[in-house]
Amino acid sequence: MLTWPNFYSQLLNGLALGSLLALISAGLTIIYGTLGVLNLAHGALFMLGGYAGYVAYEETDSFLIAVVAGAFFVMVVGFALERGIIRYFYNRPAEDQILVTFGIGIVIVELVRAAFGNLSKTVPPPAWAAGVTPLGFMIYPTYRIAVLGIAAATLAALYIVLYRTRIGMVVRAGIEDALMVNMLGINVYRVFLLVFGIGAMAAGYAGIINAPVVSLTPDMGENILVQTFVVVVIGGVGSFSGAVVGGLLAGEILSLTSMVDPAYSEVMLFVIMTTVLVLRPQGLLGVQGRE
Amino acid sequence: MTVEQKKFSRVTRRGVLQAGGAIAASAALPRLAFADDMPAIGTWPAGSAGDSVFIGITVPRTGTYAASGEDELKGMMLAVDHINGGDPLLRKISPKTTKGVLGKEVKYVVADSAAKPNQAVEAQTRFINENKVVLMTGSTSSAVAVALNHFAQREHVLYFTAISGSNDTTGKDCVRYGFRQNFYAQTAAAALGPVLLKVYGKNKKAAYMTPDYTYGHTTQKAMEDFLTANGGWTTVTNQVSPLGAPDFSSYVLNVANSGADVLINVNWGHDAVLSTQQAKQFGVLSKMKLVFPYQIPFLAKELGPDVTEGVYVATDFWWTLEDRFPLAKMFVDSFQAKYGYRPEWGAENAYMSFALWADGVERAGTFYPPAVIKALEAGNHNDSVVGDVYFRAADHQLVRPVVIVRGKAPGDMKNPEDFWEVLDVVPGAPLMQAPDAFGCQLGDYT
Repeated sequence: MLTWPNFYSQLLNGLALGSLLALISAGLTIIYGTLGVLNLAHGALFMLGGYAGYVAYEETDSFLIAVVAGAFFVMVVGFALERGIIRYFYNRPAEDQILVTFGIGIVIVELVRAAFGNLSKTVPPPAWAAGVTPLGFMIYPTYRIAVLGIAAATLAALYIVLYRTRIGMVVRAGIEDALMVNMLGINVYRVFLLVFGIGAMAAGYAGIINAPVVSLTPDMGENILVQTFVVVVIGGVGSFSGAVVGGLLAGEILSLTSMVDPAYSEVMLFVIMTTVLVLRPQGLLGVQGRE
Repeated sequence: MTVEQKKFSRVTRRGVLQAGGAIAASAALPRLAFADDMPAIGTWPAGSAGDSVFIGITVPRTGTYAASGEDELKGMMLAVDHINGGDPLLRKISPKTTKGVLGKEVKYVVADSAAKPNQAVEAQTRFINENKVVLMTGSTSSAVAVALNHFAQREHVLYFTAISGSNDTTGKDCVRYGFRQNFYAQTAAAALGPVLLKVYGKNKKAAYMTPDYTYGHTTQKAMEDFLTANGGWTTVTNQVSPLGAPDFSSYVLNVANSGADVLINVNWGHDAVLSTQQAKQFGVLSKMKLVFPYQIPFLAKELGPDVTEGVYVATDFWWTLEDRFPLAKMFVDSFQAKYGYRPEWGAENAYMSFALWADGVERAGTFYPPAVIKALEAGNHNDSVVGDVYFRAADHQLVRPVVIVRGKAPGDMKNPEDFWEVLDVVPGAPLMQAPDAFGCQLGDYT
């Protein structure tokens, strides 16, 4: 479908898709960038946010409450996981961290499956963003346009918290030298708890924001996790702005390749990732040599 | 480690004697019971030496096809109950059944395949080694069915596919040890095609959405070939996507901008649900007619009748067939009594497969696989939930009707599961290709 209208459509769609991917990837990269833990339960937390939002929506019929519920429920789960399990793994080998978070992910997915079954659940978009918007060259779902704005605003807010506030400064100092920060009288473990909670909340928030675009199934996190990793690797592991750039790039790759040959759009994602890894192993915006 | 092996690991004189005696006894028994023209093969005779036999089941219980997988599993469990209890429904399909199969209780072991061929083969390998299964079953993805077909032939253990829609399963990837009950790409296209031409007319433009594996490719091609040859339809785009894609928007956009009259969605499981929901979000469904060559279990329930209203679909079974076939009524009633909902065709396919297998073994009078295969190839006619059926000897495909249904409007539904109206039950034989047209060569019995 190589026509100009389709090209514009796919360009816009790539942006919308990319902003969602960036939002989902942000939580993963925040946790890895600060705590050094590769959180393989991220996809499950993303799914959990969608389901928590779904329950809230069914109870209240309010999308706003669903978003708040989805984000906060997963944040609380994140706190519990950090206190109960994750913090015992900060000083253990990366393989242990990967295995434990992978296991947590499986448990969460199967709990949700036991509670809600395999049939998909849907959360409709808020009334003001329902339906389609004519854009001249095409019509586009209004909610997907709204997601562009929502994702941009959220990512900006996260950026400000992490890079322009005192707490963000402590977090970043904690990454560089946790022992030193501790000796300065700052409880670094409380900061780590907060970071894990924020990372989990970002996943849950993305889950409920994404919900009206898709339909919820217990397994939805699995495939999105793969794409999220690609985004993070392209952008630079642990780099917040890298996640944004990587997300947008991935969205455009998926969309634009599908015009030429849809069977290759996902393959192309991995081609680009491999190319980045060969030419710039730390990712587009990653810092070389940082653990 | 099996019990026998454990005995060997702590070597004592008594242990060796006991184990040796046990082996001698078990080796002698079948030789006494059966003639030398049935040498040991696959799990025979070990798998049926006791008073029970095992079936190894691999269905997807996670991933995109999980909902269908659970429905299939329920059909299998009901069939096992009915075989062991000698239920009247089962005995109508398999008249020689009394209780169990050849008097042996049927047990089963289950593993999640996640619709992945390697995971399914791994689990069945375990079932053969540990449980000496006499029958393997399970698939929702034809990729799994094809892999297990070849595995069955290599291991000489019978395999009945569960859901598998690809032409290849009883075509180029057919095997002597594999059998398929359900309808498939070719028969779906040949049954649904004439309906589409009648309803939507000739020379239409079609857009396809196709999952990127054997089921998707053969089904898309079968539909395209039929509609092009018989109605002059053209294909304006074919959106091939990976199994379990998290988002279909870019594919849907290409469809939206293709100028097609009809969207033929070949996707399966949750992929079919999500791609259709997103097609609706992008306004595609108000511009194009929607068609599914394959009725997907729970599709209408998940999409809602406002989406499936007026949509034409081919299927193996729909529960309202209970009005036409007495066995369908018995099946729907006992399934609903046990599981609380009316069965989808995944369950029906699984139940029928088990019943036909039980009948084959009863008629062979032995679990010896080559004898069972020959009994199934004998062209014996069975009654079924869709009337008379029989296996075609040349490719092990069941000759059975294809059911054409149309989505009901929400207002016409008589109960919350009354999604489809049965329009036609198309006899199977005329829909099928010549047995060798898709390159089927069954291979050896031993």
